[in-house]
Amino acid sequence: MDFTTFLWTTLGAFLTLATFSFLYKDNPFYKLAEHLVVGVSAGYFVIIVWHGTMVPNLFQKLADGDWYLLWLNSTQPWYIVPGILGILMWTRFSKKYGWISRWPMALYIGIAAGVAVPLEMSNKVNKQLVATMVDIDWSNFMGAGFFDPFSGMASLLIFIGAVSALIYFFFSKAHTGVFGGVAKLGIWTLMIGFGASFGFTVMARISLFINRLQYLDKNWREAAFDASNPNYSFGFPLVFWLVMALILVYIIWELMAHLKHKNQTSAPQ
Amino acid sequence: MSIFDRLMRLDRRWVFLFLTAVCIAGYYVDYSIPIRVTNETRSIYTFIDSLPPGDIVFVAIDYDPSNQAELHPMTYAIMEHAFRKNLKVIFTALSQNGPGMADQAIRDITDSVSLDRTYNGVEFKGREIRNGIDYTFLGYKPYYAIIILSMGQNFRISFPTDYYGTPLDSIPMMRGVLNYDNVACLIDLSGGNITDAWISYGQGRYNFPLALGLTGVMTAQYYPYLNSGQVFGIMGGMLGAAQYERMADNPGLAIDGMRVQLPAHIVIVLFIIIGNIGYFVTRRREQLEGR
Repeated sequence: MDFTTFLWTTLGAFLTLATFSFLYKDNPFYKLAEHLVVGVSAGYFVIIVWHGTMVPNLFQKLADGDWYLLWLNSTQPWYIVPGILGILMWTRFSKKYGWISRWPMALYIGIAAGVAVPLEMSNKVNKQLVATMVDIDWSNFMGAGFFDPFSGMASLLIFIGAVSALIYFFFSKAHTGVFGGVAKLGIWTLMIGFGASFGFTVMARISLFINRLQYLDKNWREAAFDASNPNYSFGFPLVFWLVMALILVYIIWELMAHLKHKNQTSAPQ
Repeated sequence: MSIFDRLMRLDRRWVFLFLTAVCIAGYYVDYSIPIRVTNETRSIYTFIDSLPPGDIVFVAIDYDPSNQAELHPMTYAIMEHAFRKNLKVIFTALSQNGPGMADQAIRDITDSVSLDRTYNGVEFKGREIRNGIDYTFLGYKPYYAIIILSMGQNFRISFPTDYYGTPLDSIPMMRGVLNYDNVACLIDLSGGNITDAWISYGQGRYNFPLALGLTGVMTAQYYPYLNSGQVFGIMGGMLGAAQYERMADNPGLAIDGMRVQLPAHIVIVLFIIIGNIGYFVTRRREQLEGR
């Protein structure tokens, strides 16, 4: 790793720590990191759409035409149509001509709805309904290993769980007797589902922290003291310790501010 | 003030601090935990492992840096497995910041595959992974649903060039490769709604084998698609990545991270139990005091 790359890695480490500082309280370092994320993302998006989409999918398609003929003499002149529709979208910013943007928007929404409705219905509803009512595979009832999602038992549990959960949301009949019992099973099914989601979410959040730990340790700290690096110089540990000193100063400053505030609030009026 | 009253008033920052200390301790203490591989992850590994050399795997890297903790290890494990098996890979990145993720993964895995390694007792000689021969990175385009639909007709409609600006017809690997019919399977590694589009507009419309690598937050809600056969495998969060690494005998960041998950989860479960005890004891006392 050369020194320039290490400086970028250090910036990543600094922004990581700045972001985590929000767990204590909102502060200027966190604000800096937050604004950088928004700004860099927006800038990156504009550039990548321009070079990755506008240039190859529009400008290069019309490149063999002439601008003074409005590219109508190009080999693929129909690409002008989406280009014009895209430009019309920008009239949204004008109070006077904003209504024009409704035309490309209407076309886009119409196409999207037309494509989405049958496919969503087929894949999110019909196929799920069919999957809930499959034959139970008694020959593979227990499946392979602990709770195999491809086993017959899983099919049976999904059927019972789906029906009981639907009954829980059926409000045209009082939830009493057997009906109430099945509805209760339904809410247990929902609770188990929410519990699984919560468990996965906890793992996800901890994963984010672990990833940052790995970055700070493996990518930053180890690089700062890696004497086997052919580009290694005293600048590596110097930058590392400068960042650490900055963090320490900030912690002391926050601690002093906290103690001062505490003394002021506990002092007799 | 009793201990339960103190618990109910505990500043949450103490919880953060304690959890941070536990994670750091778990990270630096040298130990390992067993990783049990679930059938939904095994099916993805088995599918890729059974493909003959030269087959094409489509890997959709649909996540931003905010999800790299969970999904990057999956990408690395799958890519390394595919390249070691001499499979060819087509990449897309339909998430806004995905191209950077894909670009980084391609560079790292290209370096890794150049080294001799032994996985599951089989020795793999290092080889050079070449752009256009072993992989093609199509890049990013906005409006993922339309892009997914158009790729079912021809990759060239949305991607006349690859990410690096080379026309697709000039790329040796892409000769004769028109659409999803020419790929063995598609693996979507996603941290957002793009997964829904791959299921509805991709697999549902063009009927190719689809597997999912998902963030932990998303995983539970996609299991119904496994049961319905719309996807043939799911990797959920860091655990899913660790399972794939275990099967591929290629320990990486996910297996390393799972060591830290264990103490962190124990602490969180203990906090939930203690918090509930505190809540019920306090409520019971208030009821007795007639408040």
